[in-house]
Amino acid sequence: MAGNRIGRRGMLRSGAGVVAAGALGAPMVHAQGTGGTVRIAFWDHWVPGGNDALKQLCAKWGEQNRVNVQLDFINTTGNQLQLTAAAQAQSRNGHDAISLTPWDVGAYADQLEPVDDVIERLIGKYGPINPIAEYLAKHGGKWRGVPATSGTQTKPACVRYDLFEQHAGIDIRAMWPAEGKPGPGADAWNWDTFLKAAEACHKANVPFGLPMGQFSDAVDWVGALFLSYGAQITDEKGNPTIKGNDKLKQVLDYAVRLSKFLPNDVWAWDDASNNRALISGRSALVFNPPSAWAVAKRDAPQVAEKCWTVPMPAGPAGRFLAYLPFTTGVWAFGKNKAATKALLEFLGQRESAEFTTNTSGGYDIPPFASMADFPVWTTQGPPPGTIYNYPLKPHHQAKYSIAYSPAPAELASQMYVQALNTKVIARVAQGGESADQAMGWLEREINNMRRG
Amino acid sequence: MALDATTVTAAGPAAAPPRTGVTLHRIARRRSTIAFLMALPLIAVIAGLVAWPAGYAIYLSTLNRRMTSFIGLDNFQILLESETFRMVIWQSCIFAISAVVLKALLGFWLAHMLHHIPTKGQRIWRGLLLLPWVVPPALSTLGWWWMFDPSYSSLNWLLNAVGAPSVPWLGEPGWARASVIIVNVWAGTPFFMIMYLAALKSVPDQLYEAAAIDGATGWQGLRYVTLPMMRNIISITVLFSLIVTFANYDIVRVLTNGGPRDLTHVFASYAFQVGVLSGNIPRGAAVSLFMFPLLAVVAFFILRGVNQRNREMA
Repeated sequence: MAGNRIGRRGMLRSGAGVVAAGALGAPMVHAQGTGGTVRIAFWDHWVPGGNDALKQLCAKWGEQNRVNVQLDFINTTGNQLQLTAAAQAQSRNGHDAISLTPWDVGAYADQLEPVDDVIERLIGKYGPINPIAEYLAKHGGKWRGVPATSGTQTKPACVRYDLFEQHAGIDIRAMWPAEGKPGPGADAWNWDTFLKAAEACHKANVPFGLPMGQFSDAVDWVGALFLSYGAQITDEKGNPTIKGNDKLKQVLDYAVRLSKFLPNDVWAWDDASNNRALISGRSALVFNPPSAWAVAKRDAPQVAEKCWTVPMPAGPAGRFLAYLPFTTGVWAFGKNKAATKALLEFLGQRESAEFTTNTSGGYDIPPFASMADFPVWTTQGPPPGTIYNYPLKPHHQAKYSIAYSPAPAELASQMYVQALNTKVIARVAQGGESADQAMGWLEREINNMRRG
Repeated sequence: MALDATTVTAAGPAAAPPRTGVTLHRIARRRSTIAFLMALPLIAVIAGLVAWPAGYAIYLSTLNRRMTSFIGLDNFQILLESETFRMVIWQSCIFAISAVVLKALLGFWLAHMLHHIPTKGQRIWRGLLLLPWVVPPALSTLGWWWMFDPSYSSLNWLLNAVGAPSVPWLGEPGWARASVIIVNVWAGTPFFMIMYLAALKSVPDQLYEAAAIDGATGWQGLRYVTLPMMRNIISITVLFSLIVTFANYDIVRVLTNGGPRDLTHVFASYAFQVGVLSGNIPRGAAVSLFMFPLLAVVAFFILRGVNQRNREMA
């Protein structure tokens, strides 16, 4: 199996280790460590037990290949993972590989080992990797990381189907059933329908829980909204495309109208606020991975059994699904690059990806479209099939997206972290500026970010 | 009494040419050498933990985003041309000045109240009032965040219970700024209180007795006895607190993350966002260095005042 490949030097080291152990009469402990040591820092999964898949897979691979695999799980609370990556890049020392948040691959591209050979073999087996994972991980024509399954998420709509039917008159389960085809009315699932439903649910005191602050849940869904209107704020080279951008004006107008039907404090919501809105039963819809539903299953089962995940609405330019991947980068200064790459290739196999997704209860999304058919998404419940539409499926007629694409990564990361898309809406909706004033501010901010 | 090093050196050459061991011995016996050696650990700490990071930050701020070429002061120029950063300067000043003034006033008032409680009962109050300062700010701010939470604020629950409308503590710019200041004042007031209490205890009672004999009212005693005696400690406390408040990070980070619309960012939170999270470390370093000249000017005037008063008293 390709995933088990070890470099020639690694093999020699393994052999030398065995010979030396025999010559010295030392006890051999399972031949562990004779192929060297691989140290990887993975993102600390917030699904309970979510790390177990990686632990088991790495242990299995380590045994098979006589490599000692050491794993550290670092969480993103307080940006620990990002700080660790920054510190290791600065000191050129640390793990052999590390989980990188979406934009960090671009930030450290010149310090990451190209992994084109691994990706080519995986693509050869499983077909193309989704374009957003490629946009984030490929720099200067080379893959600088392996798109990961563990921790990678999408943010479709998690709908309270009972409230939706009651107040908006939409049978969302019939529209998007747990089967490989859309139901009646799915073609009308667009932002206009969404706005009407938002107004109806707002009137019924169960407003949509859509954050508009500076955290990633807010930036991601607004990013998908912008793209579905064709509203890009820069081109591929990072040049602002704001002046005279009617699509941007159109989506800005839409977002301001929508914000009137949201709770009045959404400008301060963080990534947990929308989860709480759903779980507490105070909201009819959020854009989120199934973590909100999973917590509701534990804490508010009466809410969880009324949740149904459906694709994001479509706009004039199509339907987009917010996608937030992790990428595992192999440091160029790593000490055991060949073995590290071999391990990552093993983790990229369909069996490994399915095991990872199953262990996370369906939360983790593999980077290959051909892997959107794992049974876990059909079997999870209650209600059965509630997260069937969580990964992007062909009948959704949608594309994965990330806010600010196709801007160059080093610019996009600044725009993403500083949440320019939600701020430009807030300047109009909350700050009372005109659309032209807000767009002028947006252009000046982008130009400033591009300098230096 | 030990011989002075100069005496030894003056007597030495006439007798015999100095040998290396003897010279080293003499150097080691010099007071300046001993002083230097004893101060060496402190010098090493300051050099390693203050001078080196500061120098490195200055160096970083002169690099381009990829840290591959020298761009001089361009990062500072770019920042000054950014509306958001100009707003951050303004906000940092509002935040620091208003928080320090409120902390000083409240601390002064609390210190006075405590000073007039009998010593036995004073201890428990002193301990209780110090709690906000002792609790790690990240934790206590999390508690405040729960109270301000946009959707489930316990403060709003109390307001609603008495028929008052909910307050958008973190969602509306004015309230968000006020919330950040309130938490900083809550956490920092005990420091002023304890410093002022110590200063109050050091004012000789005879001065108050003399003032009372002269017919001074309570207010006049405060104005002409207490405040002049406390001026130095007030100045130093204000300076120290101003530095710490200007560099505050955790309160803004936990409560608002700089929002809404960057309207609560201060230097440290903005530097972290620009430098670490956005991957533009040189510009983040430039943001944090902006604090230095502002604080240096304030420190200069406050310390000059303290020195002048010390000279007058001497």
